Amino acid sequence: MQNLTLLDGQKFQITIQRLCRQLIENHDDFSNSVLIGTQPRGIYLAKRVAEELRKILPGKTILQGDLDITFYRDDFRRRESQLVPNQTRIDFIIEDKKVILIDDVLWTGRTIRAAMDGMLYFGRPQKMELLVFVDRRYSRQLPIEADYVGIEVDSIASQKVVVSWKETDGEDKIVLLSEAK
Amino acid sequence: MAELSTRHLLGIKDLNLKDIELIFETADEFKSVLNRPIKKVPSLRDVTIANIFFENSTRTRLSFELAEKRLSADVVNFAASSSSVSKGETLIDTVNNILAMKVDMVVMRHPYAGAGIFLSKHVKAQIVNAGDGAHEHPTQALLDAFSIREKYGDVAGKKVAIVGDILHSRVALSNILCLKQLGAEVMVCGPTTLIPKYIGALGVKVEHDLLKALNWCDVANMLRIQLERQDIKYFPSLREYSMLYGLNKQILDSLDKEITIMHPGPINRGVEITSDVADSKQSIILDQVENGVAIRMAVLYLLAGQTQ
Repeated sequence: MQNLTLLDGQKFQITIQRLCRQLIENHDDFSNSVLIGTQPRGIYLAKRVAEELRKILPGKTILQGDLDITFYRDDFRRRESQLVPNQTRIDFIIEDKKVILIDDVLWTGRTIRAAMDGMLYFGRPQKMELLVFVDRRYSRQLPIEADYVGIEVDSIASQKVVVSWKETDGEDKIVLLSEAK
Repeated sequence: MAELSTRHLLGIKDLNLKDIELIFETADEFKSVLNRPIKKVPSLRDVTIANIFFENSTRTRLSFELAEKRLSADVVNFAASSSSVSKGETLIDTVNNILAMKVDMVVMRHPYAGAGIFLSKHVKAQIVNAGDGAHEHPTQALLDAFSIREKYGDVAGKKVAIVGDILHSRVALSNILCLKQLGAEVMVCGPTTLIPKYIGALGVKVEHDLLKALNWCDVANMLRIQLERQDIKYFPSLREYSMLYGLNKQILDSLDKEITIMHPGPINRGVEITSDVADSKQSIILDQVENGVAIRMAVLYLLAGQTQ
């Protein structure tokens, strides 16, 4: 495996801050908007974005939940190994709210398709947007694009993009892994 | 990325501790699904399940059917009383005919012990045992243990007394196996005629005095007298049984601690348990029913999702 670090250190933090500023442009004080991170890896970005927004908008309520998409996937019974569900934690109403769906990596678009499906089981949002940290361009299998993108990456299918977080992995960074030749 | 170690759910005997914990963790998520405004997920939309009941059932059949429907599976129901079984068709033929109509899983209740195991060796579909004679009723045991876990946070170290007709009860055997796996202490209590002779080999305590059993336990699981399985008289009369082994408010209030009351249903009010106890706040009988759907969703989901 060869590793190429795409983003780390201060740039990592600046990218999150930039995404937050872009969100505020469209969502003002977040009184009618909520953040939903997708399990298992999107929730860390969602938490960071929520924390950062609270710093920029002191005193405002930033609602943030976790959505598990396991039950809404389209590859159930088609995968080689079974997925164990994670916790879904959405303790607010999303009906008529602007929902910002958050995931770490946008690749084929299938996770987001499942997340949109899962989201609708909680009500009918006024609007749904997508924020991702890494957009693996030109690899979509569904007509899905993100509204807010941290960085764009051109990669091939055999490569992997891994986002690590200080909280769980000890370090903030985005790495592109390639099979060694 | 965990999977159950078994392709069928025939009994608790086939499950290891990891399997039971995986089922509980999955059931936790399904329970939260069941408390949402839309209580449905699309996971099993390309799976067809046949519920084949050779014996009467209300709760278990409805619970399985609801679990299947909430997973978006296609469901066919079959009751032996209104079928060709009464015309002399064998079990394997009946099930193979159902499977020829492209059914993936079979949920079966049968009056003979081992019917599910037998079937699993002769047909292709995955089998879920919904009760086989006086042998096992695995989903009931899982939901009972799940309810204890929900009430106390953990099953390990808890003391559970199973009271009543242990001899004819599949719920008792599955419960003992499941609770012991999870590290609980188990006691069976009932008249000598209704306690199997070598039950101690399963590592359970035996008690014939209801009051002593209740004083010992944290949870009392009151079983129904299975008159339909009793070919001879095991005790003089229901009235006498009820006087010696029936749980009433007076006994419950005389204990110096608050125990939890469970019952797998159907209840014979006034026999093994009086109405005021069954409806008291110590009783978690209706929580058991609610958890039953979540547990069955978890079992079906985990089995259906296995590598084909």
